[in-house]
Amino acid sequence: MKRTTRPGAEAVAVKGRWSANRWLLARRFTQLSILGLFMLGPWFGIWLVKGNLNASLTLDILPLTDPYVLLQSLLAGHRPEMVAITGALIVTAFYLLVGGRVYCAWVCPVNIVTDTAHWLRERLGITGAARLSSTARYWILAASLLLALFSGALVWEFVNPVSMLHRGLIFGMGLAWLLVLAVFLLDFLVSRRAWCGHLCPVGAFYSLLGVRSLLRVRADQREQCDDCMDCFLVCPEPKVIRPALKGADKGIGPVITSANCTNCGRCIDVCAKDVFRFGSRFGNRADKPGQTTHQSLGVEALR
Amino acid sequence: MARTGGGVTLFSMGIGLYARQAASLPALALRPPGALDEAHFIGACIRCGLCVRDCPYDTLSLARLGDEVATGTPYFTARDVPCEMCEDIPCVKACPTGALDHELSDIDDARMGLAVLIDEENCLNFQGLRCDVCYRVCPSIDQAITLEMQHNRRSGKHALFIPTVHSDACTGCGKCEKACVLEEAAIKVLPTRLAKGELGHHYRWGWKEKQKAGGSLVTPDQQHRYNLPQGERYDYEGEGLIFEQNSGRTPFASDPLDTLNRGVEGRR
Ligand code: SF4
Ligand code: SF4
Ligand code: SF4
Ligand code: SF4
Ligand code: SF4
Repeated sequence: MKRTTRPGAEAVAVKGRWSANRWLLARRFTQLSILGLFMLGPWFGIWLVKGNLNASLTLDILPLTDPYVLLQSLLAGHRPEMVAITGALIVTAFYLLVGGRVYCAWVCPVNIVTDTAHWLRERLGITGAARLSSTARYWILAASLLLALFSGALVWEFVNPVSMLHRGLIFGMGLAWLLVLAVFLLDFLVSRRAWCGHLCPVGAFYSLLGVRSLLRVRADQREQCDDCMDCFLVCPEPKVIRPALKGADKGIGPVITSANCTNCGRCIDVCAKDVFRFGSRFGNRADKPGQTTHQSLGVEALR
Repeated sequence: MARTGGGVTLFSMGIGLYARQAASLPALALRPPGALDEAHFIGACIRCGLCVRDCPYDTLSLARLGDEVATGTPYFTARDVPCEMCEDIPCVKACPTGALDHELSDIDDARMGLAVLIDEENCLNFQGLRCDVCYRVCPSIDQAITLEMQHNRRSGKHALFIPTVHSDACTGCGKCEKACVLEEAAIKVLPTRLAKGELGHHYRWGWKEKQKAGGSLVTPDQQHRYNLPQGERYDYEGEGLIFEQNSGRTPFASDPLDTLNRGVEGRR
């Protein structure tokens, strides 16, 4: 069956353009704002934030460190100063709460690249797909840690397109454009969501951070679902939706519990029936889906 | 599963090898003050650029992909912008990981490299001119670099003032290399491992050992005896050949003209 409308078309018709793209816009705004904060310094000499995503200092007081790169450094045999450790603890605590892959959907600059590649791929109807395992990223993650352990160097940092793009935008790209282009082409031509959904160990690391996170997307109104499949089509990690959306008979609750969910909120946007919403991981019972509204962490207020 | 595992193993072998290649540091790229030794630095620096940001002289930059320096790590090229040896060392303070060692509190203790006067053929001072620029600009003048006087054999009657770097005081800041007046600097800061030799570990300097021991360790000290004609002595560490007073024995006539004329007369 060939689809005639694009995913989300119905939601636009029912909810209006703004509501059907609200989380996407919020996400782009956040991504660009964070990047903008880093760029204020080099572009306008306003140094609110110094450094890059690997480690930064905000307002000369708040240190933030990427826990993944610091872990590699620890394994490489270095004992970092307290500042770096404090920064990593703050970041870790944040993602433990809101979900590790919030990093992917709301912060990572590569996300814009891969989302664009995906959008273009869908627009042009490219379907060719290399077989990639979505667990490959965990293997790559393990390999990157082992490489640091055995070589004493941050080996992954030599090729990491995530830190390279961010650092490049702030400190100068050099040939890093080639790497970003490679990621783009991978997602555009080689396989659907090839990089973020299958290969990126940074995303894999943050997934693991978010295994027990508080903030989750919930399919609380799942009985409203009319099987339009739009959410599956837009989700960067489609596998995470099925249990929560379709698991009622099997006694599975409505919370999307997979750590691979990026909390991007795109499923909320494109669902014309308003099946999804942000909420907490608690009250994940199969029987009474509607009863958990009071636990929605105030995210409701954004609606 | 096996396919994925195999793919990932190949992939990591690839980046492992690439990283080995890419981690080599070219000779003219210097690390910021306090940087751990290179092998350790590569695992300690998380490529954040905070040191770069806090350098008031824009000395440092982060290596870009395609540069010869490990991607994302800070370095400087002395001939472009040297390190000004800030007293409060802001770059080290800014480093969150300690890849720039926070133990470094006195910038004079920094060892970013070692200046070497590489090109004696083109250095102006080696030709007997008084350029002295590298010497003058050195923040540790007269300690890290001195001018050593030597005889000028070209002119036969002048002196050479040879800029001479001393590794116990040179920080490797690169001010001298930056300032050298030549098209291409005759003095360059090199990584210490390139600039310095190292004595075989079993080598001992005889005279130092002797001094330490307070006497010869091999055979007992004894006066050296020279077989010289009577009335002549040789002072080994001092005046050289000595004619005893009033011995009256000298190869020269009392009137130097006699000596000079001797050959002429002989030919006649
Ligand atoms: S998977 Fe990797 S590249 Fe993709 S958004 Fe997450 S961190 Fe960025
Ligand atoms: S000591 Fe001063 S000039 Fe030298 S690298 Fe550090 S901040 Fe820059
Ligand atoms: S501040 Fe430290 S960790 Fe950051 S780039 Fe400089 S040396 Fe590396
Ligand atoms: S690098 Fe040159 S200027 Fe700097 S301390 Fe050494 S001799 Fe002096
Ligand atoms: S500045 Fe250059 S040419 Fe002048 S004395 Fe020093 S090394 Fe020689």
